[in-house]
Amino acid sequence: MQKVLIHPLYVRIFHWINAAAIVTMIMSGWQIYNASPLFESLIFPDSVTLGDWLGGGIQWHLAAMWVFVVNLLIYLVLGIATGHFREKFFPLGPKALFHDIWAAMRFKLGHNSHDYNAVQKAFYIGIILVMLMTFVSGLVVWKSVQFQALSWIVGNYATARYVHFAGMTLICAFIIVHVALVAIVPSTLIPMITGKAKPFPEKENSHVA
Amino acid sequence: MLLKPNSSQKLLLPRTKQVKNIERRFFMGRALSFGALSMLAGCNVADDSKAQSILDAMSRWNDGVQEAIFGATNQLATTYTEADITDPFPFNAYYSEDKAPDVKEEGYKLELTGLVDKKAPWTLAALRALPQQSQITRHICVEGWSVIGKWAGVSFADFLHMVGADTKAKYVAFKCADDYYTTLDMASALHPQTILALTFRDQVLPRKYGFPMKLRIPIKLGFKNPKHIMSIEVTNEDRGGYWEDQGYNWFSGT
Repeated sequence: MQKVLIHPLYVRIFHWINAAAIVTMIMSGWQIYNASPLFESLIFPDSVTLGDWLGGGIQWHLAAMWVFVVNLLIYLVLGIATGHFREKFFPLGPKALFHDIWAAMRFKLGHNSHDYNAVQKAFYIGIILVMLMTFVSGLVVWKSVQFQALSWIVGNYATARYVHFAGMTLICAFIIVHVALVAIVPSTLIPMITGKAKPFPEKENSHVA
Repeated sequence: MLLKPNSSQKLLLPRTKQVKNIERRFFMGRALSFGALSMLAGCNVADDSKAQSILDAMSRWNDGVQEAIFGATNQLATTYTEADITDPFPFNAYYSEDKAPDVKEEGYKLELTGLVDKKAPWTLAALRALPQQSQITRHICVEGWSVIGKWAGVSFADFLHMVGADTKAKYVAFKCADDYYTTLDMASALHPQTILALTFRDQVLPRKYGFPMKLRIPIKLGFKNPKHIMSIEVTNEDRGGYWEDQGYNWFSGT
């Protein structure tokens, strides 16, 4: 059977660079967090932090930042310009979303890489927005004086730290669900490497349209 | 909460093989397995000067980017009201509070060296006789916490001009009574909110906050605000800094 291309090359390159950059940023971010925890009872163990001390954590974080940001911007520009986002993530209405959430809760929601169901669409749009919010709050944490124009979005330095932490938490939650679903449907992993998959026989999720 | 004083350069270089894996996979653009990601945590691998040199180069690149951002936006730090002042205001240094240097006003003179016309040292009385400016601003520590305090003293830009400093020089370097040292870029030193602070909350700057004087520069992280200043040098040589030389980003603007 002829395989079809479902993940263009730039999407795959983005995905894996992003995975590495995000993991580096989270682990170095935990190192930075530990120097002055926002929540007294939450300290990350050394075994999951990167950089060995605060200075090293900052170096990793602000180096990986460039990989993360440049990669994300290229992805967003290409995703919008090529119509990929429009095709994969839209249309997305509340009716389809509620329908698919209900189906998912009963473990009756199809999950594939061809036609995203409404939950997948919401997840991918959501994680892009979360990444952007984490980026903006990170800019304010990094440069609270020079980027004070952004404080209408994330507040001052002290509140931007909480927004940045919340962004990290949501990204971690996404990663857990994302990886769990790949584990449940392993056939979705191959296309993110090769780009290709067997043609999808039936559009079981046609209700999303 | 305190910074680790004895961290050395080699501590910045962990988990070499995993790092190399990631770099290779950056270029492959795929095949980064979750197994490798999970291995990234918790492995002790020997130092790698290559990884560290990349991180150092990125830190220098970030210095340049910050300088460009600072030049382009050139914002004033937000100022607050008396009611916003953090109380109690924390002591913070690379040593404990009882180790803070006990500088006596009697006999103290601020030394000026380097590219300065009038090198005559300054007594505190002479500095207090100059026009004073006050600010209530946020002090942001590299560790992440922040506090709001009130400082007053001499505008540093006015002071540099008054003593005939070469403001075309690249740096202003500080030496302190506690062997602390740091170097600022000239543009930040000349920022209108940079002051030679002589008081904290309208009282003579106490020993724990940096007597006899502290450079208060709200557009920099806390460790670029030297306390117990003994001498100031205007120079074209980067004299580094106590923390900068251990790996904190040199520019560290806010």
